[in-house]
Amino acid sequence: MPIKKKNALTFHQPEQESLLRIPYVKDGVAAGFPSPAADFMETGIDLNKELCKNPLATFYIKVSGNSMIDAGINDKDVLVVDRSLEPQNNKIAVCFIDGGFTVKRISIKKDGLYLMPENASFQPIKVTEENDLVIWGMVTYVIKSV
Amino acid sequence: MYALVDCNNFYASCERVFKPALARKPIVILSNNDGCIISRSDEAKTLGIPMGAPEFKVRQELKEKDICVFSSNYALYGDLSQRVMKILRQFTPHVEEYSIDEAFMDFDGVPVTDFFDYGLQMKSRIQKWLGLPVSVGVAPTKALSKVANKIARKFPEKTKGVYVIDTDEKRLKALKWTKVEDIWGIGFRLKKKAKAQHIHTALDFIQPQHEAWIKRQMGVVGLRLKRELEGKPVLTLDTPLEEKKSIAITRSFPKQLSDFDALRERVTTFAAVCAEKLRKQNSCCHTIVVMLVVDRHKYESDHYYYNKSVTLPFATNSTLTLSNAAVALLKELHPGHEGIKFKKAGVIVTEIVPENTKQFHLFEEENPKHLAIMKTLDGLNAKMGDRKVKLATQNLTRTWNMNQNHLSPRYTTQFDEILEIKCP
Repeated sequence: MPIKKKNALTFHQPEQESLLRIPYVKDGVAAGFPSPAADFMETGIDLNKELCKNPLATFYIKVSGNSMIDAGINDKDVLVVDRSLEPQNNKIAVCFIDGGFTVKRISIKKDGLYLMPENASFQPIKVTEENDLVIWGMVTYVIKSV
Repeated sequence: MYALVDCNNFYASCERVFKPALARKPIVILSNNDGCIISRSDEAKTLGIPMGAPEFKVRQELKEKDICVFSSNYALYGDLSQRVMKILRQFTPHVEEYSIDEAFMDFDGVPVTDFFDYGLQMKSRIQKWLGLPVSVGVAPTKALSKVANKIARKFPEKTKGVYVIDTDEKRLKALKWTKVEDIWGIGFRLKKKAKAQHIHTALDFIQPQHEAWIKRQMGVVGLRLKRELEGKPVLTLDTPLEEKKSIAITRSFPKQLSDFDALRERVTTFAAVCAEKLRKQNSCCHTIVVMLVVDRHKYESDHYYYNKSVTLPFATNSTLTLSNAAVALLKELHPGHEGIKFKKAGVIVTEIVPENTKQFHLFEEENPKHLAIMKTLDGLNAKMGDRKVKLATQNLTRTWNMNQNHLSPRYTTQFDEILEIKCP
């Protein structure tokens, strides 16, 4: 067994479940002048691939309530949540605090960690040692019907 | 090296992913139809709730001890299980899905220098991405990886949930610690016999003086097991310790049935599931049994169990052949019992042989068209899920409404059941 740097090898599974649209090149066998676009044909846009970078760690969650409207998250919007991402300052996270779920922006300030609402009529939550906080996942996209 | 990865209290852990408030609370999961307890969290085990207990018998106790009860949510468990398996495939391409919550891995060809560290990475990725706790056992053989896994599960603090057997010293110590009944493939019946032979631990089991006994009691399976425990690999991925000798699909009905058409629908469906399972493991069966069970408490007669079997002229795994045979058996069973209400039915297929070794009968043979039809059927059902393509004798619209009074949402497979969070 060759000695290599730890975990130098990563296996990537091909994504086979997503429905990829492959365009049908209609004039492929015609005898006339070939379409100049045929060489530039691309596959369609697959939202699964774009919005869901790590499908194994991605979950969809629906929001009810208005505490995040200034971040563009409204009542009944669907969040794309990736659990594999590390929590980061100023990113929006699905948090589980003191027995309940909530969606808030993570904010690290001089005097500690805050969960910030995005609506002037709501108060920030200062996280202290008394609180039981789990960052459940990071919000990557908001899907909304307009 | 091989690994066995086992999800701790899998069903209970799945429920906790979307209800983190239950993190340290006792949880039990009920079987199909809310019949009996099939999974318990560690806390429920500590409270003394027995595995397999019928729900109605422990209902009061569950209430008094404030234990959370869930119906089994196989849509959720199945999806999370698939995600676990796919994460494991990021660590080695050789993964055998042993059950919904267990997988064997083979690291042949993967340059791993530190198996403990590699195991920890597997464990922490599954924990972070899915919120599911797992235990990892690593060893030179499959049987030993099971032993290592038990140690990891039993001593989570000392092992961090990962245990590697990589020296003879560790192997012997582990075998001494393992009770004979905890060896892979040793059931209750054999445990008693082994104890009578003064075989109490896995280390006793591999002593040379017991070889003849093992051969007599367990045949080649036992000898294979012994070699594996000695650290010599004989089993590879996807070679089960023992081939399944029969497949049984039996269900209790939510309401008792007496009508022939209703029973025929059930029996056909069970036969179809048996056939599908046979095809999945690339085998065929020779014999099919149909059974009906009467509610013993409702009738005074002693006769409460009816069954009939037929041995087919050729081995088969065709849904069409097996369901026809099942319906024919039901037709023989049913007359004379029109008034009787049955509470349970089942289909069992036995005399299972590998698909490629089945003997061709001189005069009677499976219609070769079945093979193609079954391939199409399996392909379509795999694509659409949920066994969408069925036989006409099966019910297309009605899904057998089970009692599922404690069912959680199908968070990951149904868009209208995803987790909803209130903000505030």
